[in-house]
Amino acid sequence: MTSKLLIYIDHHDGMITPASREALGAAHQLAKASGAQVEAIVLGMDTGLAAEEAARSGAARVFQANAPDLADFRAEVYAGVVASLTAGAEAVLLPDNGRTRELAAILAVDLEAGLIPDVIELEVREGAIVAKRAIYSGKVHTSIRGTGRKPVVLTLRSRAFPAFSGEGSPGKIEGIEVPPIQALSEVLSYQTSQEAVSLADAGIIVAGGRGLSNNPALEAPSDLTDPEAIEKWKAMEGFKQLQELAGVMGAAVGATRAVVDAGYVDYNHQIGQTGKVVSPDLYLAFGISGAIQHLAGIRSARTIIAVNKDAEAPIFKSARFGIVGDMHKVIPALMDAFKEMSAQ
Amino acid sequence: MKIVVCVKQTVDTAAEIAVEQGVISWGDTPLVLNPWDEFAVEEGLRLREAHGGSVTALTVGAESAQDALRSALAMGADNAVRISDSGLEFADSLVISTVLAAAIHKLDEVDLVLFGREAVDSNAGVLSAQVARRLGWPSLALTAAIPVLTPADKSIEVERMLDRGRQRVRSSLPAVISVVKEINEPRYASFMGIRKASRVEIPIWSLADLGVDSVQPGVAWLEMSAAPQSDVACEFIEAVDEAAAAQTLVARLREEKVI
Repeated sequence: MTSKLLIYIDHHDGMITPASREALGAAHQLAKASGAQVEAIVLGMDTGLAAEEAARSGAARVFQANAPDLADFRAEVYAGVVASLTAGAEAVLLPDNGRTRELAAILAVDLEAGLIPDVIELEVREGAIVAKRAIYSGKVHTSIRGTGRKPVVLTLRSRAFPAFSGEGSPGKIEGIEVPPIQALSEVLSYQTSQEAVSLADAGIIVAGGRGLSNNPALEAPSDLTDPEAIEKWKAMEGFKQLQELAGVMGAAVGATRAVVDAGYVDYNHQIGQTGKVVSPDLYLAFGISGAIQHLAGIRSARTIIAVNKDAEAPIFKSARFGIVGDMHKVIPALMDAFKEMSAQ
Repeated sequence: MKIVVCVKQTVDTAAEIAVEQGVISWGDTPLVLNPWDEFAVEEGLRLREAHGGSVTALTVGAESAQDALRSALAMGADNAVRISDSGLEFADSLVISTVLAAAIHKLDEVDLVLFGREAVDSNAGVLSAQVARRLGWPSLALTAAIPVLTPADKSIEVERMLDRGRQRVRSSLPAVISVVKEINEPRYASFMGIRKASRVEIPIWSLADLGVDSVQPGVAWLEMSAAPQSDVACEFIEAVDEAAAAQTLVARLREEKVI
């Protein structure tokens, strides 16, 4: 029997996520070296479109399960279904995010399988999968392999692998039955975030730091007297500017820890050691000094642009392009320049 | 409520990390309680203050790791246990989760286990879910708030922060939670707390004490290296005003095929 690679497909609003397409792409690269077959699993309540998309995106076989018990994502429930399909699998690959990492962790226990989370590179060495991941907040890289037990469970970092781009006939979709599940938890509600682009998937990110609240041209409304309230109001105005620029560029919006801790912006936006690690093609840092903890979150950004009043700010050491100046004046100018460019 | 907080000793986040011939070093930067775990300890203390009971800090590690436990004790934890055994040298998350689950079992009648979302050294964030699975308890990873907790009904509701939204989940107790920083603001240890912490006896449990036979890891580490430094030289855009600078920047980005 040929071995197989099983890919867990994450989907959202009926569409498979970009990271899932990347996982299929990564699996194909591995399969070239090992001769394994790429198979996928799609779980949920109404997964018809997602299963078809997976079948067109490089999976030779797609297992599809639709069941009321699977309507809400629950790692404990999903793990049982995925585990039932792993016979003969060399590895199970999942696109990495908060919920799939929990799923991978539980699955690894159920299978007593080696677990390698947040992988940034993959290769086959002497017939075995070797995965590279970043530790110490990106300061160190380490290569890891399974100890021989199969499968190995891996989660793959968003934007670290090229999405599947091959052609060919779509894979076969097979429905699977899911027996009723005794679950330990119940999802009461799910509130989707308002952001148009998620930080993990974003090709472009615009981010703000302490400079957000430091707009000398801005006059606070007269009913604000408390200095802290004025500071916060100014920061919010600065953040609005960032959001506008993000709108023009199709970017996601990020922030530093200082801004989040001051309560100006939701924690969901925090980038860095105690926030999110991101890998955009382009990262625009406005009013960000470049603390080592923040830089840890943007190490794999391809190009960094820094705008800061202070020419000595450490962020410029990581930046490909820099503008020394007032971010509040540079942002509107950039908006005009980008609008002009896309109008051409 | 009997609460266990699983903690780890890590290097301070500001450390400059060097890797030479596969060995990691960080100069004289001090080792600290993993910053994420401070939120877990704090949440444990708040739940104890609201519902009564006790908070036990639990770690796996060599002798120096007891400083991390003392930090948790100084914040207000009631007691601490350190697991240490030469058989844990090549431990991966499969092994550590087995050992922590056995220790939680031995602590007996635990209602809630708390973890920080991940350790700042291994950046894996998988232990809370693995320990939950080993115990057969619900896993509530990435919890940003605990709006409802009723010990009498053995029931809990949490808000989890997921990448694309917030999920509200109800589950039974006992449960295992990992917390994100939004959940609280950790307190500083008081002088009295530090004094008290220095006097607490910290028992050391071996694999034999836990009734755990040798556990085989599922992964092995091969090589380690410093992450490649991006040796970019910053090209400063100089122009008469912001509009001109923006124009030049966009033109340069197009030339370099960044956009």
